[in-house]
Amino acid sequence: MSNTLLHAEYPVEAEDYTCAGEASADIKRKLKQLGVSANVLRRVAVASYEVELNLVIHSDGGVLSLEVTPDRVRLISKDRGPGIPDLDLAMREGWSTASETARSLGFGAGMGLPNMKRNADEFDIKSKVGEGTTIQMGFLLT
Amino acid sequence: MNIQDMVNVLHAKVLCGQERLETKVYTACCSDLMSDVLAFVNEKTVLITGLTNAHVLRTADMLDLKCLVFARGKIPGDDLLEQADEQGLVVITTPATAFTACGLLYEAGLRGVPIEWPESEARL
Repeated sequence: MSNTLLHAEYPVEAEDYTCAGEASADIKRKLKQLGVSANVLRRVAVASYEVELNLVIHSDGGVLSLEVTPDRVRLISKDRGPGIPDLDLAMREGWSTASETARSLGFGAGMGLPNMKRNADEFDIKSKVGEGTTIQMGFLLT
Repeated sequence: MNIQDMVNVLHAKVLCGQERLETKVYTACCSDLMSDVLAFVNEKTVLITGLTNAHVLRTADMLDLKCLVFARGKIPGDDLLEQADEQGLVVITTPATAFTACGLLYEAGLRGVPIEWPESEARL
């Protein structure tokens, strides 16, 4: 698209807790350089970190994409599975299927998806068991 | 209250950011659950925690936090402290437990971060 100001893709590996958060830190740095306001920057950073952690904790690996146009920041997380059997349950605060490893690091409180939804201006999640999950979030700049 | 006041109240040791002790602190949050911290905390808040891994720093980075307080005398590794310094964080450690640290700071006038729930999610 001709009006895309910035596009970046970050592969995120399953259970790679050491690197978890690096993509989000880079996304935040890039958006700051673009002059995105502090309020939007913070909301994108929180949602991005949550979705990146979800890829590490729950998925078989995937890609986190960033796209910036003059009117919005868009984050897209697309994984290779395993998919979420019950989306309503997954969206419920406090519900989590995170591993002990994730919990020992301070995650898996069941706040991730609700927190993404709360911080984003637009939120959409689609999931199919055996195929994977795609989460799209939009943050308005105007 | 500024960070120096917190250091005095908590009999804390400054691990990094000595030159930033005049930074003002407005509210506090105490949690080992970074998911909760990501959900509720803003940049004017100090985080009191017993967790000393890299994700505490990443969480602080995402939220632009200015100060971390490690309870129970915990001290993170040098690599984490270097990273914290690069992030512009002040990191202090107090011998007090998280509960006592919160009590001392509350007594000194610091209050919890206000949680604003959307009406649709209102609860008791």
